Amino acid sequence: MAAQDQAIPENALEMEREWKLPDRGTVGIIFLIITESVLFTMFAGAYVIYIGKSLTGPYPKDVLEMPILASICLFSSSATIVFAENALKRHNLALFKLWWAATILLGGYFLFATGVEWHKLIYEDHLTISTNLFGTTFYSLVGLHASHVIVGLVFLLVVFITTMMGFPIATQERRVKFLSWYWHFVDGIWVVVFSVVYILGLKIW
Amino acid sequence: MATIDYPLQEPQALTPEFSFSETLYKWVATVDHKRLGLMYVVSALFFFVVAGIMASVIRLQLAAPLNHIVDPDTYNRLFTMHGTTMIFLVGMPMVAGFSNYLVPLMIGTRDMAFPRLNAFGFWIFLLGGFLLYFSYIGGGGLSGAGSAPDMGWFAYAPLTEKAFSRGAAADYWALGVLVSGLGSIASAINVVATTLCMRCPGMTLSRMPMFVWVMLVDSWLIIVALPPLSAAQIMLELDRHLGANFFDTQSGGSAVLWQHMFWIFGHPEVYILIFPAFAILSEVIPIFSRKPLFGRPAMVGAVVAIGFISLGVWAHHMFCVGMTSWSNTFFAASSMLVGVPTGIKIFNWTATMYGGKLKMETPLLFCIGFLLQFLVAGLTGIMLAVAPFDWQLHDSYFVVAHFHFTLVGGLVFGLFAGIYYWFPKVTGKLLDEKLGKWHFWLFCVGFNLTFIPLHWVGMLGMPRRTFTYFPGRGWETWNLIASIGVLFQTAGILVFVWNLLKSSLRGVQAPDDPWDAWTLEWATSSPPAEYNFEKLPVVRSSRPLWDLKHPNDPDWKFE
Repeated sequence: MAAQDQAIPENALEMEREWKLPDRGTVGIIFLIITESVLFTMFAGAYVIYIGKSLTGPYPKDVLEMPILASICLFSSSATIVFAENALKRHNLALFKLWWAATILLGGYFLFATGVEWHKLIYEDHLTISTNLFGTTFYSLVGLHASHVIVGLVFLLVVFITTMMGFPIATQERRVKFLSWYWHFVDGIWVVVFSVVYILGLKIW
Repeated sequence: MATIDYPLQEPQALTPEFSFSETLYKWVATVDHKRLGLMYVVSALFFFVVAGIMASVIRLQLAAPLNHIVDPDTYNRLFTMHGTTMIFLVGMPMVAGFSNYLVPLMIGTRDMAFPRLNAFGFWIFLLGGFLLYFSYIGGGGLSGAGSAPDMGWFAYAPLTEKAFSRGAAADYWALGVLVSGLGSIASAINVVATTLCMRCPGMTLSRMPMFVWVMLVDSWLIIVALPPLSAAQIMLELDRHLGANFFDTQSGGSAVLWQHMFWIFGHPEVYILIFPAFAILSEVIPIFSRKPLFGRPAMVGAVVAIGFISLGVWAHHMFCVGMTSWSNTFFAASSMLVGVPTGIKIFNWTATMYGGKLKMETPLLFCIGFLLQFLVAGLTGIMLAVAPFDWQLHDSYFVVAHFHFTLVGGLVFGLFAGIYYWFPKVTGKLLDEKLGKWHFWLFCVGFNLTFIPLHWVGMLGMPRRTFTYFPGRGWETWNLIASIGVLFQTAGILVFVWNLLKSSLRGVQAPDDPWDAWTLEWATSSPPAEYNFEKLPVVRSSRPLWDLKHPNDPDWKFE
């Protein structure tokens, strides 16, 4: 111990006080998003590579319609979750619950719209994952995104239900922020999926 | 003064005795980075022995032409499981184990950033390993070797498709590796968050030990390179079970897509695997040369450069696929480029030793073995990066020799150096130096005896993964010598295991700092307390313990 005392620099206390490093949760969620982005890149890449390579129909032009309303809903939910966060920061719990519920409803509608789209594709157009390459890549890419929406919705619901039951959510502001980041990521990925599937694969090709 | 009779108290034992079930519970339920790190390394060593036995059977089968020690199907399963195990159940947990154990100690903190995520990572890795090995029992049972995978460790499509791989073999492979990959990603995110957010006061990035730097870049590679493999495996499972057409050429799918995705993962993966050895060498060589690491900024620059360049070299595994000559040229050039930072590292380690007071103990011996053998591996790597050369030797034993020189001559030697170096810290016991030297020489001679001749049989045209071969092609002698080398390697490993057991049970008590080292882990007791540091250290240079030991000549004066 004696040796240790000698070597503690004179300004050690000051150094300790001023020592600031990034928040571990922030770094963790950023790298989670990076690793997820790579996963999506592979599926989106597979979609792009297989555009126009299907040997049999149905082809995108025959069956796909742009999910405009659902996309608007999903993108708006990125805004409502920010409003909810701001309300939480100002300790306005009622407003937080309102915006949070709006986020869940918007996300829920998106998922519902995907379900309707898939139902139509499967039962009316007879396009399944095994029909052709379009079906294979479409269902896996959109499905991967939808599964992330589901995970996001589950977490959003957990926050909502516990808050309604009286859990002091204001103590978890940091974690609410990370959930919000994840939700923004899910929305951001939809920009890519939408561009690849409904613009590049449908309009441009 | 009146005497007071205090009730006599039994002196409390410092280390209380626990029953077996209590001890088991403590290990299973632990979130302590040291216990998890140790469990990673021990399970990796277990799988190392299992896959080593498979390799020995392979060499036994190839010792003579037209041998029939095992039948061809079993042989396919042997090399598949050997490769898969060594990569995913030995290499990857070694990465996680070493970084888990050492990173928090080296940066002066009490645990990883996410201790419970850490425990999750370990157990899901172990589940993946058991799932892979359950294939031996599942479907057909042990006698028929069950449905153990038999399509090679890179599992090329369409061989893995339902039409060609009936039964569950490909599923065990895909799911087992997918699940253990999740554990690797969890552990990598943890290491990144720990290094970026948990360093003790004063430990700036420029003062961080080289080991931590390398593991940081390694974790970055895991985070960006594992998802392509996971994606490919998910696609494979979609193909096999939902009838998707990703790799089904009859429906217009592409088998080459699998190759691209696999090697986008696969080439960074070999850097992921070799980085722990880089990390260990960067700590061991300076200590045993009594000189600070030569060219530290260049070393950091080189490792970061590898962390990016290695993401763009993958298709040099695919020169024979028939890519455009532009692709071939690009990937040949980028593969040679990645040799530059690697060369910088080799030069700097050598320069660290140059003029140093070398202490020829076991850790340094393994480092020197690494330097020479990894150099050979790097040179054959440059040769194989030349596309026309690769066309000649693709899938031959030359390639086998090349990557065993990197992964055994490089990684395994580096890991042994690390185990000999940190064993006293982890267990509080010194490893036997004499047995260590025996281990080194037996293993070194055996390794070279096995793998040098394989270059030559490769040049003579012996294809990789061949079950047996005909006499009269000039392969017999070299194959026999290679198989004899296995005896030496096995003897070396036996000495090593004996040394581990003997030293941890009846070894000499190790002091806290047996090597007179400079990084923070040696400032703790051996083994370190659960909380690592009573008081978090404050550092002012990249060699905090040097500053402690030499208060009149501290490093920070020169920074």
